[in-house]
Amino acid sequence: MALFSKRNKEAFFNPLSKDNPVLVQILGICSTLAVTAKLEPAIVMGISVICVLALSNVIISLIRKTIPTTIRIIVQLVVVAALVIIVQQVLVAYSYDVSKQLSVFIGLIITNCILMGRLEAFALNNGPWASFLDGIGNGLGYTIILVIVAFFRELLGSGTLLGFQVIPQWCYDHGYMNNGLMILPPMALITVACIIWVHRSRNKDLQESSN
Amino acid sequence: MENLNLFVKSIFIDNMIFAYFLGMCSYLAVSKNVKTAFGLGLAVTFMLVVTLPLNYLLDTYVLQEGALKWLHPSLASVDLSFLGLIMFIAVIASATQLVEMAVEKFAPALYNSLGIFLPLIAVNCAILGGALFMQQRDLGSTLTAGVYGLGSGIGWLLAIVGLAAIREKIAYSNVPPALKGIGITFIITGLMGIAFMSFLGIKL
Repeated sequence: MALFSKRNKEAFFNPLSKDNPVLVQILGICSTLAVTAKLEPAIVMGISVICVLALSNVIISLIRKTIPTTIRIIVQLVVVAALVIIVQQVLVAYSYDVSKQLSVFIGLIITNCILMGRLEAFALNNGPWASFLDGIGNGLGYTIILVIVAFFRELLGSGTLLGFQVIPQWCYDHGYMNNGLMILPPMALITVACIIWVHRSRNKDLQESSN
Repeated sequence: MENLNLFVKSIFIDNMIFAYFLGMCSYLAVSKNVKTAFGLGLAVTFMLVVTLPLNYLLDTYVLQEGALKWLHPSLASVDLSFLGLIMFIAVIASATQLVEMAVEKFAPALYNSLGIFLPLIAVNCAILGGALFMQQRDLGSTLTAGVYGLGSGIGWLLAIVGLAAIREKIAYSNVPPALKGIGITFIITGLMGIAFMSFLGIKL
């Protein structure tokens, strides 16, 4: 099998837009909403999810023929939990502030539906290389949404990006104000809804027929 | 009194859905009608009440630094807290399995209405999130942990039943085509979240 056959390319590129884990598969919403008040934790979270997803996909795909189907969920949880503990320890060691900001949400990668969803839907039926590409693709699709949401929330909510002041002082002098509402949790939902709106207006075949 | 405060606080102010977005996946997927939403809410509440005290005991007597002192004095310096995640998820997964078997044996009617949701609860973030918040906030006793579980569960139940009721009604409205289905559900949840934020001012 060629390294970049048509199928593998699809596994990698589809999740970026057409089959995006957040917008289309509606997986992994909890963390998308909770960590996006600032750009930096969102990027760190995205990278962590990419690592855990790619590695767990490869591991499960390697042992997929030996796992009995009745206990597969527990096996998957153990593999994912072990990987997440490694990520958590690395974060505590190298970027303590960010790991404090993310608080419980690094631990919650274990129950991030993207992981279970991809393991069940892809890694259990495909070889390690294709699963690896699928993991990276879905992780990237998730990270893109995280970054877009965090970009707007940080820009409009605090006037900064990655902690640097972006909106110049004279705007504030002329009466511009940061929109405090954008920092609050509910606005994350509405931002995602706007992204879904734009995305589905461009991809008409994704629109649902009933409410 | 303190437990009552914690109970009210975890229902309204620290609501799992609106303040922390935990358990969002099943919240969005299973809120099409009130009856199933109520069933799932009950199942989540039940699991929180069962697993939080268990995880509390595990945390206090096995995982924390020096927690193994009761076993042997030489173990006082052992710190197993890095194993927290894997232990919590193991407790949750096995408790789910046990509860599923018990419910199937003793209450078949309840089992039939909850059936499909029970196994899925093992991967509901609200349950693991509850355990992690409990660890972070240093709740005082097993009873407090149970009260916190009950409160968070009822908060989750209220949120999902409310959303399901609104979605049943909105089926008759004219929503822009691109927002149909999941888009409008996000917006409704956002608005409900803003409404719930009015509880923030209450000091307990």
